[in-house]
Amino acid sequence: MGEIGTLIRHFALLSLLAFGGGNTVLPEMHRQAVEVSGWLTEQQFADLFAIAQAAPGPNILIVTLIGWQVAGLAGALAATAAICTPACTLTYIAANLWHRFRDRPWRRILQRGLAPVTVGIVAAGAWVVAETVDRSLVALALTLATAAVSLWTRLNPLWVLVAGGVLGAAGWV
Amino acid sequence: MSHPPEAAALSRPVPSRAQLFLAFLGIAMSGFGGVLPWARRMLVERRGWLSGAEFTDVLGLCQFLPGPNIVNVSIAVGSRFHGLGGALAALSGLLGGPVALMCVAGALYARFGGHGAVRQIFAGVAAAAAGLIVAMAVKMAVPLVRERPLEAVPIALAGFVLVGLLRWPLVWVLPPLLAAGMAVAWWRRG
Repeated sequence: MGEIGTLIRHFALLSLLAFGGGNTVLPEMHRQAVEVSGWLTEQQFADLFAIAQAAPGPNILIVTLIGWQVAGLAGALAATAAICTPACTLTYIAANLWHRFRDRPWRRILQRGLAPVTVGIVAAGAWVVAETVDRSLVALALTLATAAVSLWTRLNPLWVLVAGGVLGAAGWV
Repeated sequence: MSHPPEAAALSRPVPSRAQLFLAFLGIAMSGFGGVLPWARRMLVERRGWLSGAEFTDVLGLCQFLPGPNIVNVSIAVGSRFHGLGGALAALSGLLGGPVALMCVAGALYARFGGHGAVRQIFAGVAAAAAGLIVAMAVKMAVPLVRERPLEAVPIALAGFVLVGLLRWPLVWVLPPLLAAGMAVAWWRRG
């Protein structure tokens, strides 16, 4: 029960810090789950990240997997509810106000001030994850390949994930 | 942001709660490696519930609010059509399928995750999946660096260094960084 309480407290706070989406809080999730609480090893965190990215649905659902590792089904549901509820409540209220204030200049200032912060934090998330999973040159090449495919081609990057799984099964990563 | 005249808004179909649920379920289950592109496809191109400009406007709001963007989009779109009931219908459509799937995946991983072969496969998939975030960071950074380098790059860089390299807790970094971002945006307001 104590663990579930920690899960809820932690993810509910992250919910309100996740400006710019789930990837913003990846470094913080990693810090909490691996370094502070010791819920997961580096390897487990990287694995759960891979499942959440590869599976359909919002990538934020890595919290469901972390919750499952910590406390089974109850942990999974508690973590999911905790990451969603605070932000959803806020969005529900704000969505109604947003429409009313759409032409105000301060709204534009808020957006412009927020954007660079969001970009910096997302880049930090990319760095933390890449540093965790890229333990070999092949792994690094896979990361760069997926990035290149999603930046410069119209191919579904899922194919690179499949290729990664095949190379991994062959023991090359 | 421009909005279409009322007449155009009225001529667009209004989804029921059940249709909202099913549409967001469809969005979630097709969203491999990212859901937002599928949301636009479904809501604007296939169903015609929102115009392109309305979708951009809703997404703008959702990016500015904390929380996963697509989750916020489901709340904003659902509540636009049917208030609280619509928001809950869209949200449960979006999360229901994937959460069930994650629970199965989590159980399988907890049981078989330690096996060598499974471990190796994940190492490969994880390395490839990391590229998705790298690409997203690049996509987000490019327009910002192009449009207002002097204003945005120092703040973005500070966030990257403090959180990514130095691993400072986000709760310490975000408030001062946001304050700095807002101050610069205020100072440079056109």
